[in-house]
Amino acid sequence: MKLKHAVMALQAISSREINKFVRQRGRLFSALVRPALWLFVFAVGFQNVLGISIMAPYETYIEYQVYIVPGLLGIILLFNGMQSSLAMVYDREMGLMRLLLTSPLPRWYLLLTKLIAGTVLSVLQAYAFLILCALFQIELPLIGWLKALPALILGAMMLGAVGLALSVYIKQLENFAGTMNFVIFPMFFISSALYPLWKLEDAGAEILHLLAQYNPFTHVVELIRFSFYNQFNATSFYTVIICLFIFFSLAVWGYDPQRGMARKGGKPG
Amino acid sequence: MNQTNKSDNSGDTVLQITSVSKSYGKRKALEEINLQINAGEFVALLGPNGAGKTTLFQLLTGLFVADQGSIVIESYDIRRFAVKALAGIGVVFQQPTLDLDLSVGANLKLHSRLHGIESKESENRIQHELERLELLDRINDPVRSLSGGNKRKVELARALLHRPQVLLMDEASIGLDPAARQSLVKYVSQLCHSRNVALLWATHLVDEVEHADRVAVLHQGQLLADTTPDQLILKTNTQGISEAFLKLTQTDLKNKEAMI
Repeated sequence: MKLKHAVMALQAISSREINKFVRQRGRLFSALVRPALWLFVFAVGFQNVLGISIMAPYETYIEYQVYIVPGLLGIILLFNGMQSSLAMVYDREMGLMRLLLTSPLPRWYLLLTKLIAGTVLSVLQAYAFLILCALFQIELPLIGWLKALPALILGAMMLGAVGLALSVYIKQLENFAGTMNFVIFPMFFISSALYPLWKLEDAGAEILHLLAQYNPFTHVVELIRFSFYNQFNATSFYTVIICLFIFFSLAVWGYDPQRGMARKGGKPG
Repeated sequence: MNQTNKSDNSGDTVLQITSVSKSYGKRKALEEINLQINAGEFVALLGPNGAGKTTLFQLLTGLFVADQGSIVIESYDIRRFAVKALAGIGVVFQQPTLDLDLSVGANLKLHSRLHGIESKESENRIQHELERLELLDRINDPVRSLSGGNKRKVELARALLHRPQVLLMDEASIGLDPAARQSLVKYVSQLCHSRNVALLWATHLVDEVEHADRVAVLHQGQLLADTTPDQLILKTNTQGISEAFLKLTQTDLKNKEAMI
């Protein structure tokens, strides 16, 4: 594969994804409404109930609305990652996926271009949400906007890779709704997105606490949270990197016609 | 490319299918298929629905792999050198694969980039292909607004953009009216001779094979015949291809082997 060819293919796939996003005007709106409801309805209502004590990376007491912003950024990345895989399933049903898979590029590279395109969209949506937060005077450190960028990119890639790996096993769009319920909501609720993990421990929910600790989404949220305050969370960083590698490898394996699920695929005709 | 990486390819054979088999569970979709196509040759793959034509195309395009046997495209084995093999084929799938919301030009440009064709060269080729297919005036129209026949033409233009040596068309005339079907067959028939492109045209419609140099009859996963249309009629002792096809596909397999 020549570098120039690789760059051209990346541009082509990314611009198609971005054009598609621009055409679907409601998509940005719905991507922002979801976390906005959590921030301006749920968080406001529970502000006095869910008090947050001083904990890393915070150096003082913070409002609950400030606490959940990294979690809500995470949910934007998670939803978009899953939406990318939804697009893969749609493309496969509509036949467009065949065009990609029969182009003279290695499968792993085609999947990487899809992942990068999805990541660009995820990060843009995350920043659109941060602008919304700023408009409503949610106090976040300004430097965090810049410092969180690598964490947002890494988180978006890892969650996008989860989506890619899932799309291997989802054969029809109808099956995807169930997968969303069994993947997105458990990942979101059993994580540190809405409450710190010590709250689960204090409540005696040991199993939930354990699951949350091993939930990759928790580490995406914590990586973003720490980077916002110019701190590096090594555990979360390495967990996200390892998960990115594992899920992307699973996707590459799954789409490999000689080894993965694709080997078993096809239908008579 | 190191010569050892290339499979043996004699003469101007650009597609070589050797002993290819594929099963879905216990059901055999293809059994020991052997087929060879030379540059500039138009081969019609004729078979009833469920004969295994689409399965064969899925193997030829690298979407799935054969359980056994080899497929060599332009001297590259698709199993070992998928990327190079895929660079040599143009495909029109049975199922439409255009992005309906993009314009005709944007669809073609997307394909060009996936094949690494430089921007200026790509524009020239797009203009040229659309001009030949009398679609240049629709270059900026969304594909969604085109008729079924024109959509197929755009897919054909797209399949030819990267100048492949092998053109695969899987029941590409589905959904077209008889006039559009005949016009498409005639066009690709001329095209494969004028551009020296090998064409494998899968169909279940007998009238589409008249222009073919050879007819390969596929039925229940087995290749029952691979000969010229005239020879097919002669060997089956029938009056026409339609009758020959029916005679082949309605007789049990053991009798057919004796017949061809």
